[in-house]
Amino acid sequence: MTEVSVAKDVVAGTSDLVVLKSVNKHFGALHVLQDIDLTIAKGEVVVVIGPSGSGKSTLCRTINRLEGVDSGEILIDGRPLPAEGKELARLRADVGMVFQSFNLFAHKTVLENVMLGQLKVRKTDKQKAEEKARALLDRVGVGTQADKYPAQLSGGQQQRVAIARALAMDPKVMLFDEPTSALDPEMINEVLEVMQQLARDGMTMVVVTHEMGFARSAANRVVFMADGRIVEEAVPDQFFSNPRSDRAKDFLSKILHH
Amino acid sequence: MFDFLEGYDVLGAFWTTVQLTLLSAVGSLVWGTILAGMRVSPVPLMRGFGTAYVNIVRNIPLTVIIVFTSLGLADVFGVTLGAADDFAALSFRLAVLGLSAYTATFVCEALRSGINTVPVGQAEAARAIGLSFTQVLTLIVLPQAFRTVIGPMANVLIALTKNTTVAAAIGVAEASLLMKEMIENEAQLLLIATIFALGFVVLTLPTGLLLGWLSKRLAVKR
Repeated sequence: MTEVSVAKDVVAGTSDLVVLKSVNKHFGALHVLQDIDLTIAKGEVVVVIGPSGSGKSTLCRTINRLEGVDSGEILIDGRPLPAEGKELARLRADVGMVFQSFNLFAHKTVLENVMLGQLKVRKTDKQKAEEKARALLDRVGVGTQADKYPAQLSGGQQQRVAIARALAMDPKVMLFDEPTSALDPEMINEVLEVMQQLARDGMTMVVVTHEMGFARSAANRVVFMADGRIVEEAVPDQFFSNPRSDRAKDFLSKILHH
Repeated sequence: MFDFLEGYDVLGAFWTTVQLTLLSAVGSLVWGTILAGMRVSPVPLMRGFGTAYVNIVRNIPLTVIIVFTSLGLADVFGVTLGAADDFAALSFRLAVLGLSAYTATFVCEALRSGINTVPVGQAEAARAIGLSFTQVLTLIVLPQAFRTVIGPMANVLIALTKNTTVAAAIGVAEASLLMKEMIENEAQLLLIATIFALGFVVLTLPTGLLLGWLSKRLAVKR
């Protein structure tokens, strides 16, 4: 019995949470993901950067199959991503997602937004769901806005609610698809701080972003994409101070020097 | 001046019109919503059925549909709808069935245009937290779609109110059947026509105003 549990722990400990194996995807004639191999370990924070149109958002969206793939394999916590149906829905519940445009449910209050998944997917009872929702809203600093509708909140507040909504599902991994790109400059930090805190708490995160400061300070690894390929993977310090590929040098010279 | 009205139950006839309208409205709302769900569903068979149903039924004249419920469903196929011995009740129920089947196609199309106004991100976010297709539709997309199509739905409801007059073709004792009877028996043709015309305006005008007000009140702010 002890042996079994030890064996399990070893598997869980060493197993990688998200694995992409030679993933390919086309949009019509456009080959947006080309032979992507990527492995993300439990607790790791991976920041994906690259020029627009490089496929980084698509990569992020394939991990919970909001975009299907043409070939290749995606494993979450050792299990292959099912194509559709109930299995897929169950798996998506374990993968939190935060969108560029927040996508809070416009006809529901902030509190209802954070409770919905718990009630309908996790079947949590209402009182527990509300307690948890309020705690999460406090944690991201919008506890006082619980009874408002999304349209009454600022962009930064909405995005923090969206993070709370994803966290309410107790996800194994969180995907952030350009979470600060639609925000006014002064609201970016409040969202990044919440994400920094999550990273410190050991959440596994995949973050597509243009925030190089966040990449430097919170990432364990930077993945640089261009033209549908992963061009370079490195720890942030190495990537930013000494990029290996010309494409990355070119990209960094354009964004870091003004 | 109005003594020719004696012996006619005008209010009773309009009450039948109201009942026809309300029951058919509920029926077409339910069936139309199901049809709209089919038309946006990921299952090709359901999509095909929804599309075929809407395109066939909305293009058949309502009179043909209503007459078919009586001569086809009831007489040929022996459908009784639980009212085998009561001709009036049977006609009424058949009329509700026919009106619902027909009006549902318009409800479906209005609703589908509403579904198209809901940003795709709403459904994506819903799928991302693990909701199933049916849950995404009923919890997130339809509630928002309904609010945007209250105005067009008012049009459908007003058209339905007036379309109930077709039920006269299978002998349902609603307002227009009584009007026909009175025109045959009385001399005041213009007055009779005016009374019934006004009666319908009294029914439909508040419908439009009320739903117009509701649509403003319930609009989803983005």
